[in-house]
Amino acid sequence: MIFDPILLTVQNLRVSFDGFVALDIREFVLHDRELRVVIGPNGAGKTTFLDVLCGKTKPDRGSARFDKFDLTHMSEDAIVKAGVGRKFQTPSVFTSLSVYENLMLALKTDRNVLFSLFSRLSDKNRDRIHAVAEQTGLTDHLHAPAASLSHGQKQWLEIAMVILQDPELFLIDEPAAGMTDEETVKTGEILQRLTMNHAIIVIEHNMEFVRQIARTVTVLHEGKVLVEGPMEQVQNDPRVIECYLGKHPETA
Amino acid sequence: MKMSKNTAMTYARPILIFLIFGIVAPVLNATGVISDTTLNLWGRYFCFAIAALGIDLIWGYTGILSLCQAFFFCLGGYAVGMYMLLKTGAQGVYGSALPDFMVWNRVEQLPLFWEPFHTFTFAFILGLLVPALIALIFGYLAFRSRLKGVYFAIITQALALGIYLIFLRNETMLGGTNGLTDFKTMLGFELADPATKRGLYTIAFTALFASYFLCRAIVNSKLGRVLIAIRDSEHRLRFIGYRIASYKVFVFVIASMFGAFGGMLYVPQTGIITPGRMDVQASIEMVIWVAIGGRGTLIGPIIGAVLVNLLYSFLTGAFPGTWLYFLGLLFIGVVLFFPDGLIGLTQLKRKK
Repeated sequence: MIFDPILLTVQNLRVSFDGFVALDIREFVLHDRELRVVIGPNGAGKTTFLDVLCGKTKPDRGSARFDKFDLTHMSEDAIVKAGVGRKFQTPSVFTSLSVYENLMLALKTDRNVLFSLFSRLSDKNRDRIHAVAEQTGLTDHLHAPAASLSHGQKQWLEIAMVILQDPELFLIDEPAAGMTDEETVKTGEILQRLTMNHAIIVIEHNMEFVRQIARTVTVLHEGKVLVEGPMEQVQNDPRVIECYLGKHPETA
Repeated sequence: MKMSKNTAMTYARPILIFLIFGIVAPVLNATGVISDTTLNLWGRYFCFAIAALGIDLIWGYTGILSLCQAFFFCLGGYAVGMYMLLKTGAQGVYGSALPDFMVWNRVEQLPLFWEPFHTFTFAFILGLLVPALIALIFGYLAFRSRLKGVYFAIITQALALGIYLIFLRNETMLGGTNGLTDFKTMLGFELADPATKRGLYTIAFTALFASYFLCRAIVNSKLGRVLIAIRDSEHRLRFIGYRIASYKVFVFVIASMFGAFGGMLYVPQTGIITPGRMDVQASIEMVIWVAIGGRGTLIGPIIGAVLVNLLYSFLTGAFPGTWLYFLGLLFIGVVLFFPDGLIGLTQLKRKK
């Protein structure tokens, strides 16, 4: 059933903190325009995995090939430039700025100092901000301070900011955390629309949400890939049920 | 209709302020209504305000506490001071072409690094360039290794203190503890002449006015938004792909140049510059002006610098020796009760 060329290949990736092995992935492959959901109990290494891919954490060894790059040897800004965008677990938008200004900063443009000092926003980019705001339901709040947004809206603003960076690969950490059911469904729709043109790795705890968006699921457990496959198959895998300590995944 | 009224309002206030301080005040001085001393004092306050604008850019907007602004202020001041002292030439007490302090120290030849300061243009350029270069190198090293918060503040304080100690020494050839003084002329104008003083005042005010608008252009550009975003969440901004260190170095350099610029205009008006202007306390005081006026606004630091120094002039006259207690109390009061400074107060009122 697999379709597009390979976008990301992770091999022998190992991260340890003071001797504790947080992540040890032998192989992880992501194709272009694939939406992959990564689940796993707390401490399974999900967020660490994304941290490595966006340059926040440097691994002990291993590689993460993305296009012609190896993400494990690059600085944060170079990774963004290469086409990887990250949304963090807790929304941390720029609260003193308006929603519009937040989006403007995220726009894919030159990021050097002099350009920022002298550049003016082009009409095309302005339209793009409006289009993405529309897509994420922020149109009515564009000129409100970002601090005034609800929790769910802040999550959307974060997603909108990643969209405006126009990455090839989205790394999205718990997009539905703290959202109402209605907001969660809408978030799922946003992600599904994105996957028409982009590859996405989503970390999520909310199983309802995972069922809504997931095609292929990777289960991490104690830093290792436990199971990988279609949602229905993974859900009924005894190893998965066991790693959630006998609990039904619903409550994990 | 509403728009044009707003535009008229935005221009009306600056024009009015310029008329009052830039034209009416000097005219009143020329006609004897405002004393030379008062005008001169205000001229100095405007120089402090320029330095305060620099602190506001780096601390108020970007959230980086820098405790060496007075050091940059002095670098600018010394540059112009060196120029003026060389122009004094043989009119000094000892009738030597060398500055007096060199005569005391039995120096027979002008040190090489003094040579460029014979020319005003070089003195001016070096006065801005040397601080900028120091800020560039120091900022690069500090920000590249992601030094921040209180650690950055402490290390800038250490820098200021270290250089202060170097300036205190006679071997540095900058006049030691006594600094540079006994200036006579500036670009051919007699410094003692009230007309020259008036001119210096007017230049200081105009420079402040221009600095304000320059800062406004910076703050209103996209770069200004990046600076605020660094203050809000540096971490997040890094993962949007900005090189935070370059922006921090940039703002540190710009702030240093505003500091130096203020110092350059200050020294001709006071007639003296000593290392005392750059001790640890001096930089902290500058930060306090900004905190009291209101950081993160551009008018706040100007008001803070002028107001605190007016109070200083008044209190040191009325109750000598109480100043530091008073400043401390004022600072604590502002931090506790009006974290946004005096400007914050007026905005609070407007919101209600």
